[in-house]
Amino acid sequence: MATAAPDQYYVPHHTYWPLITSAGMFGAALGGGIYLNGVGGGLILMLVGIAIIIGAAAGWFAEVIHESEHGYYNAQVDRSFRQGMLWFIFSEVMFFAAFFGALFYARVLSIPWLGGEGTGVTTYEFLHQGFQAAWPTHGPAELGGAFETIGAWGIPALNTSILLASGVTITFAHWALKQERRGALIGWMWATIILGAIFLGFQSYEYVHAWRDLNLTLGSGIYGSTFYMLTGFHGFHVTLGVIMLLVITLRCMKGHFTPKSHFGWEAVAWYWHFVDVVWLILFVFVYWI
Amino acid sequence: MRPTIVKAAALLALLVGVSGPALAGWELNMPRGVTPVSHEVYHLHMLALGIVTAIGIGVFSAIIWSLIHHRKSRGVTPAKWHESMTAEIAWTIVPFIILIALALPAAYVMINMEDDSGAEMTVKVTGYQWLWHYEYVDDEVDFYSRLDTSRQAMLGEIPKPDDYLVGVDNPLVLPTDRKVRFHHTSGDVIHAWWVPEFAMKKDSIPGFINTNWAEVQEVGVYYGRCAELCGRGHAFMPITVKAIPGEAYDEWLELMQAGEDEAAEELVAGHFNDEDYQVVENR
Amino acid sequence: MSAVITEHDDHHHEAPSPWSIKRWLSTTNHKDIGTLYLWFALLMFFVGGFMALIIRAELFQPGLNLVDPHFFNQMTAMHALVMIFGAVMPAFVGLANWMVPMMIGAPDMALPRLNNWSFWILPFAFTLLLLTLFLPGGAPAAGWTLYPPLSLQTGAAFPFLILSIHLLGISSILGAINIIATIFNLRAPGMSLMKMPLFVWTWLITAYLVIAVMPVLAGAITMLLTDKFFATSFFSATGGGDPVLYQHIFWFFGHPEVYILILPAFGIISTIIPTFARKPLFGYSSMVYATASIAFLSFIVWAHHMFTVGMPLAGQLFFMFSTMLIAVPTGVKVFNWVATMWRGAMTFETPMLFAIAFVVLFTIGGFSGVMLALAPADIQYHDSYFVVAHFHYVLVPGAVFAIIAGVYYWLPKWTGHMYDERLGKWHFWLSAIFVNVLFFPQHFVGLAGMPRRIPDYSLQFANFNAISTVGAFGYGIAQLIFLWLVIKCIRGGKPATQEVWEGSRGLEWTVPSPAPHHTFQTAPEVK
Ligand code: HEA
Ligand code: HEA
Ligand code: CUA
Ligand SMILES: [Cu+2]
Repeated sequence: MATAAPDQYYVPHHTYWPLITSAGMFGAALGGGIYLNGVGGGLILMLVGIAIIIGAAAGWFAEVIHESEHGYYNAQVDRSFRQGMLWFIFSEVMFFAAFFGALFYARVLSIPWLGGEGTGVTTYEFLHQGFQAAWPTHGPAELGGAFETIGAWGIPALNTSILLASGVTITFAHWALKQERRGALIGWMWATIILGAIFLGFQSYEYVHAWRDLNLTLGSGIYGSTFYMLTGFHGFHVTLGVIMLLVITLRCMKGHFTPKSHFGWEAVAWYWHFVDVVWLILFVFVYWI
Repeated sequence: MRPTIVKAAALLALLVGVSGPALAGWELNMPRGVTPVSHEVYHLHMLALGIVTAIGIGVFSAIIWSLIHHRKSRGVTPAKWHESMTAEIAWTIVPFIILIALALPAAYVMINMEDDSGAEMTVKVTGYQWLWHYEYVDDEVDFYSRLDTSRQAMLGEIPKPDDYLVGVDNPLVLPTDRKVRFHHTSGDVIHAWWVPEFAMKKDSIPGFINTNWAEVQEVGVYYGRCAELCGRGHAFMPITVKAIPGEAYDEWLELMQAGEDEAAEELVAGHFNDEDYQVVENR
Repeated sequence: MSAVITEHDDHHHEAPSPWSIKRWLSTTNHKDIGTLYLWFALLMFFVGGFMALIIRAELFQPGLNLVDPHFFNQMTAMHALVMIFGAVMPAFVGLANWMVPMMIGAPDMALPRLNNWSFWILPFAFTLLLLTLFLPGGAPAAGWTLYPPLSLQTGAAFPFLILSIHLLGISSILGAINIIATIFNLRAPGMSLMKMPLFVWTWLITAYLVIAVMPVLAGAITMLLTDKFFATSFFSATGGGDPVLYQHIFWFFGHPEVYILILPAFGIISTIIPTFARKPLFGYSSMVYATASIAFLSFIVWAHHMFTVGMPLAGQLFFMFSTMLIAVPTGVKVFNWVATMWRGAMTFETPMLFAIAFVVLFTIGGFSGVMLALAPADIQYHDSYFVVAHFHYVLVPGAVFAIIAGVYYWLPKWTGHMYDERLGKWHFWLSAIFVNVLFFPQHFVGLAGMPRRIPDYSLQFANFNAISTVGAFGYGIAQLIFLWLVIKCIRGGKPATQEVWEGSRGLEWTVPSPAPHHTFQTAPEVK
């Protein structure tokens, strides 16, 4: 029974990967907590946990890929995977929404209040005399000392075009895949990966520059907090995205995926577009206005 | 299931009987309070309670009726219907209308509650872990107010006083019949200044100031508590407010400004007898 | 799209031995995973309940009688976290695991491996959380709401608290995704959306709530973590942030969360009442629409938990009105249940008893909810025991009773045996009486001015607190009957028929009891 009839829903046999992954998560969280408490050994435990997660993920995916390549999955299974990925991305969107919410709240409500607007008159008079409600700000206590911000039209704008370009290249790759042009597919995939990597390179350069030369740190009040948390989580997601792109590119090179059935490929593409869209919003609200 | 009920009732009776004399207070309801706002809040509360009780009686009677009459053991055959547009529209619209009838007075009270214009004086209240700091803004009087219950009383080594966990060393003194504005803030974590009889509760938030107001209409001793979890001592930062007539208050203020704290305390104490200190929540 | 099971290594369709550890650790079977969820939830219910008993014992009389105030605060926070994330949510997921595939005629959950993962994160996450009890400074003690700046004063427990909640969030999100995919993709031919049993519907909507708000909670606590360890100032005015910002984000999660805790309960009750009234559910489609409206409204009411934080007037009014609106669709549900009973031919087996008690007592909790929604009155109620009474009425005789009702209702299908009806009746009556003894007096002390989250109180609250504590212990002991009954039923008892109940309807009653390890190897046709 190597291939599934169209009416077979494949239910996998027993598996230990989830359990191992969970144990890895436990180790990572336990180690991370110990590390944050400043106790020795935590970091190592955390890294071991993460290594277990990565190893288990690799094993788990290998199994799924094996099953997929051997035709166990029918169209219905494919749909389950798609819906799973779709709603997973939706939950990621909501995660970012929390941080954007914090940004809007600070800019639209709390900073003006601290500066004496609206219901903040007495707050200003009694507690924060002289505080100028403006953006960017590091708050009434001027946490972290004077800092400068990264202008939108330098590296960030460049990065915007890079990510947009990578959205185009991955679409070219998709066409190539659908038309069974392996060479072009692999070429466009690598182009996408390289664009992603350049993006990350620029982003790291920007961080170093901001932290060292502009004195913009996580401790620079609410501006520094929202800036680094939003761009940082985004950068983390880009990193994940690049890794995922790498994996599917290698799979393409091994001859995986067919014009009809390539959900694994598409999942990564969706993810990449999601990362792209988040960046656009970020560019507008964090860097630009 | 009779025996169960009987047993439960017996247990309760026993319990209340044993602890009865030592423990006073069977208070069931919100205090009417002594400020115009507290009266409005009380009436709103009673209105809401009345409405939900009425709806409850209606719904529960229907259930009970049905439980009695529509049981299989009575040999009934179940009806077949399972839809009725009219009924469903009715029980969508009617609650909606009831809610509007409730929302309007509520909005009215809300607006009044937020309107602190025309206040004659301002008290700034700062919460700390775990005490209050009162500043009479403009009058240059300020003091700290701490719990005045001994640890032995808490541990049961000595009998608990009547003002157990509500008495403080320096009560807040207010004049009656004057509109007082309060500014609330905190020096550490969030607290909340709550005196039920003023229907006043506002969070003290570090770095921000919240405002509300009260106009106390009766001379009296009023108790309150910190109402926002603020750590280990959250239960132990009570509030005592002594409201005295306006002229007496002015005198008190002068004494305080002159640094004659003891005379000031005596002056306030002169307005009250033992009964006034009783922790009765419902006035 | 009929569905046939393929197992590509072993072909036995009988359940492996219950004593095989391998079976439970590595299972991909929805019934096994459902069982794991349910046992885990029961364990956590006892753990959380034990903490509640410590709380109630301390509050039996005024004075510092039993525990240190700091430890008391730990109990309050942990009790809530354990009950919400450890007991009620996993119990609902467990029921979904067991019943959703059977109700829609599916072979299993859509993503079986993911299903195993969703479960196994839980024990690890709770190990991490409960471990904090033994750390210097103790467990988290800032309430389940973790408001800063207080929560930032948490000792060594802090990072473990945050990371364990992250794990819980991941588990719930994965579980919810799985349920959505199952419902959309694995329904038997002919099972259109508007033919789905209500339990399936309510879970579908709940799953959307979960994936929409759990990530928001993750964001909020991540900000707590960075505020504490990485110098950010989201929640500190000195840096331009605001402690109240946390509350907004938290309650944007927190309010939908309370409906996550009740919508599946609505589904269970909507399943049980028609069975025992022997009459179809009244107003099926309006039930569906009402559930959807409740879910929608739940996103725009969050600040009703924050009427005392000093919001602008317009904000207070908006959140007051939107909150009150929720009474309308919830009312539709209550009225539909009553209408279902009306002119039925009722019998009163244990599931039905719990369901009826649910309708009555949940409604009482809903009523106090509407009172709390009135912003100016909430100035008095807020953070008092009136609130504690409110939410325990909707959570204990609400969510918990519904879970218990569901367990009684489906237990014969799961085990193949009838449970002991006499014990069930005892369990019901003791629970129903004591839960009121436990929580009703809390309305009174709350109105009279007793704040919540205090280990000690002034003397006028003594009587009702003593009564409440008696109720708590009575209620707790009654739950031991339940434990005993379930074990007894698993081990034996009168064999259950396929339909189990005279009035039962739906696909799950078309398969033998106990349900075979793989239910619908060929999808049934639904007309
Ligand atoms: C299962 C959980 C659950 C459910 C279903 C609800 C349901 C409701 N809740 Fe509750 N609530 C909680 C769990 C829940 N709540 C928790 C845990 C807290 C405290 C959190 C914390 O601080 O720790 C809380 C706190 C809370 C507050 C904040 C109190 C405070 O801290 O000051 C408010 C305020 O508006 C509120 C309102 C409501 C309302 C209006 C409903 C409505 O959905 C109720 C609707 C139902 C009915 C009204 C009954 C049936 C209707 C009819 C029969 C129709 C006719 C009725 C009328 C016209 C009135 N809740
Ligand atoms: C689903 C959620 C849920 C559930 C089921 C419960 C169930 C119970 N809760 Fe809970 N509770 C909350 C959610 C829940 N609670 C929340 C969210 C808070 C707010 C926390 C905060 O402020 O941050 C809270 C707070 C809270 C308080 C207020 C604490 C405070 O403000 O300081 C109290 C006090 O009475 C209380 C009591 C109880 C009791 C007695 C039960 C009972 O129903 C428990 C019954 C179960 C058992 C008792 C266990 C079973 C039996 C045994 C363990 C065997 C041993 C028994 C005996 C020997 C008798 N709870
Ligand atoms: Cu201060 Cu609670
Ligand atoms: Cu709410």
